Amino acid sequence: MKRFLTTKGLIGIVLLGLIALIAIVGPMVIPPDAATAMDMHARRAPPGWAHLFGTDQLGRDMMFRVILGARTSLEIAVTAVVISVVLGLPLGLISGYFGGWIDNVLMRLVDTLLAFPALLLALTISAVLGPNIQNTIIAIGIAFTPFLARIIRGEALRVAQMPYVEAARASGTTDGMIMWRHILPNILPAVIVQGTISLAFAILAEAGLSFLGLGTQPPAASWGLMIQASRDQLDVAPWTAIVPGVAVALTVLGLNMFGDVLRDILDPRAK
Amino acid sequence: MKDIVSVDHLRVEFATDGGPVVGVQDVSFTIAPGETLCVVGESGSGKSVTSLSLMRLVEFGGGTITKGSLNFVRADGSVLDVAAATPQVMRGVRGNEIGMIFQEPMTALNPVFTIERQLTDGLMLHKGLSQTQATARALDLLRSVRIPEPERRLKQYPHELSGGMRQRVVIAMAMACEPKLLIADEPTTALDVTIQAEILALINRLKRENGMAVLFITHDMAVVAQMADRVVVMYRGQIVETGTVSQIFENPREDYTKALLAAVPKLGGMKGKTAPERMRLIGDEAARAAVTVATPRKPRVLLEVRNLTTRFPVKGGILRRTVAQVHAVEDVSFTINVGETLALVGESGCGKSSCGRSILRLIEPASGQILINGKDIRALSRHDLRRARADMQMVFQDPFASLNPYRRLKAQVAEPMQNFGLASGAELEARVLDLFDRVRLPRDFMNRYPHELSGGQRQRVAIARALALNPKLIVADEAVSALDVSVQAQVLNLMMELQEDLGLSYLFISHDMAVVERVAHQVGVMYLGRIVEIGPRAAIFDNPSHAYTRSLLSAVPIADPTKRRFEGDLNFKPISSPIFPLGHQPAKSQYNQVAPGHFVLT
Repeated sequence: MKRFLTTKGLIGIVLLGLIALIAIVGPMVIPPDAATAMDMHARRAPPGWAHLFGTDQLGRDMMFRVILGARTSLEIAVTAVVISVVLGLPLGLISGYFGGWIDNVLMRLVDTLLAFPALLLALTISAVLGPNIQNTIIAIGIAFTPFLARIIRGEALRVAQMPYVEAARASGTTDGMIMWRHILPNILPAVIVQGTISLAFAILAEAGLSFLGLGTQPPAASWGLMIQASRDQLDVAPWTAIVPGVAVALTVLGLNMFGDVLRDILDPRAK
Repeated sequence: MKDIVSVDHLRVEFATDGGPVVGVQDVSFTIAPGETLCVVGESGSGKSVTSLSLMRLVEFGGGTITKGSLNFVRADGSVLDVAAATPQVMRGVRGNEIGMIFQEPMTALNPVFTIERQLTDGLMLHKGLSQTQATARALDLLRSVRIPEPERRLKQYPHELSGGMRQRVVIAMAMACEPKLLIADEPTTALDVTIQAEILALINRLKRENGMAVLFITHDMAVVAQMADRVVVMYRGQIVETGTVSQIFENPREDYTKALLAAVPKLGGMKGKTAPERMRLIGDEAARAAVTVATPRKPRVLLEVRNLTTRFPVKGGILRRTVAQVHAVEDVSFTINVGETLALVGESGCGKSSCGRSILRLIEPASGQILINGKDIRALSRHDLRRARADMQMVFQDPFASLNPYRRLKAQVAEPMQNFGLASGAELEARVLDLFDRVRLPRDFMNRYPHELSGGQRQRVAIARALALNPKLIVADEAVSALDVSVQAQVLNLMMELQEDLGLSYLFISHDMAVVERVAHQVGVMYLGRIVEIGPRAAIFDNPSHAYTRSLLSAVPIADPTKRRFEGDLNFKPISSPIFPLGHQPAKSQYNQVAPGHFVLT
């Protein structure tokens, strides 16, 4: 096992662990109103001793907001990606493995969804279902499904042509078992890579929806909402964008590194 | 005569995560002008690393020349140490004074350039020719490699040419600047046997006409016997033995060379023998006594194939409609007896693999009957087919792709038995152990993953998996073609041993006539989807009666330097296309019986 703990893997795990710890422990330690308490004497205060990461236009402490926002952002992003994998995996797998008319029907469906920009799709779904966090998650999850389904289909198509799949078929393995035993493990690396990338996009998608009033509702904090709010004060208070931006960047970095490690752990060839 | 190349104590190392790995060490040899030096060895022997070092191309693969010198006599008579030359000097040498031919003619040509552009680029760069001069020279070159209709070829792209023509273009490119030395790295390995014969003859002629030195890299002892003046045998990065071709073949000194030669099936080596025979391998005690594979006294039919036809649609147009059909298998009939081997031979695209797959219904045949023990496979429902396939299993060509990299070998061998609930728990474990014993793999391999095994070991696992359901017939689709010769011989022996012990029948699909001669009871020669000649092995090899069989046999290189076949130019008839318009009704296959059981297509 120790070979997996390369420097890169270690950084990834530590980074993710820290972020998860902050997201979980943060709200327990910090008083719930810390993120909304306004210090009108220190609006747009630069980072300093009173406010470590500075304050926003309403004098709210950026550090508290970024810590309390972590939970919202990660919850939404992770759940949304899980939903898109749960939906996209069987779609892509069945499409790629069986091919023929099944593939045609499923993929035209997916293409239709792809034809709409993901954000617009999420917006529509969110608008129909009503603006709350739960619906935002569902909306982002559905909006991301076609991308996953497409990539999984391509991989499944490739693996389905391997001789070991043909050998399994010749030895009486049923289609379901072939997909489970032979195709799924071999496409997992692609799913992991796409999944970690989707997570980053999901954090930003949540921001977009929140900005349009469909995601997290102010004054609650989320990273996306904070980045959106900073857009018209970049010149006077750049830290309002940098703080949540760095949080997103570190999370994505940690996820990518962790994704690589996860892929290596699953691949027997890397041992 | 002064040597044009002298390699002295060459050592190449590759940097890896686990420290430097030695690619080749202490390699020394010389090549005189007009001489062909063959470097022969199995995979991993360092033969390609050696040739790439001479071009200083090894650095692009992550290798470094750490010791030794590679002296090359340049056109102006000066001696250049390639190991110490600057990149600028090397650019002037590569493709100019040293030409190179690669294994895969499709990837050696740039698919987006015309043949003219591929040929003229080097000429304009190295020789400073103008566009018109270069084009004229390109045309000359195409003529000298005997490409039909050279003017038309200039304007074509690589994908429009056949494999053999592409390799001729690659040779023309290598010859463009009249190099002093031609390096050919497995130039015929990816080619069909008739095209191989043409290319080998072509290289021989060009060498004679231009007085060029040739460094010929190959794994194939038969090709060595046909081509070499002198031979260097390599093993694990070191030279085992060097000598003239007759020394190496007649009086090999080293055990490794002897073992390598013993493992090569020689075409014509089975003359006068009625049944297949295991190879006599050095160091393999079990096979020392040449065991004849006994044929059952009373032949009983296991598989009968009648008028089998398989077609693939060719899609075209905006609506992706079927516009034509590939007639992959066309009116093919044969029978296989219990405990016997029928070999289907032919060149790529002749339909031999499609035929094997059709029998298992891995692809759906268009018409015909497949009877195994009297049961019609084509009439079965999906559900019954699954059961029926237990009697017929398949072994594939590529041992790296036929095992799932993510599953332990134990699970892969057990899978067929689990599918039919034949065994579980301790019993299943015992049967898997038994199968590993059968194919002579150590029992502790059970818990390993495919990547931990060599190619030959993987192929044994694939055979164990095929045996798991106690099948009556195994379709072996080029099952030994991707293996090194010594490993190939072992796997062939194993297959013959299993046939003897278990009464298995094989449909042995192969392009290699010499291997087929070893293993087959019956041989069917396929051409353009049809069997052109079928009969007992001895009849086919001793009395080939169809023109195609004869040309196929005449193209096979023989592992005997006294029987040289590729001196003059050869030009075999290219295989025509098996694609026909929709609704095309081909004639039925009609056969003449030339001897009992020996049929030839009329």
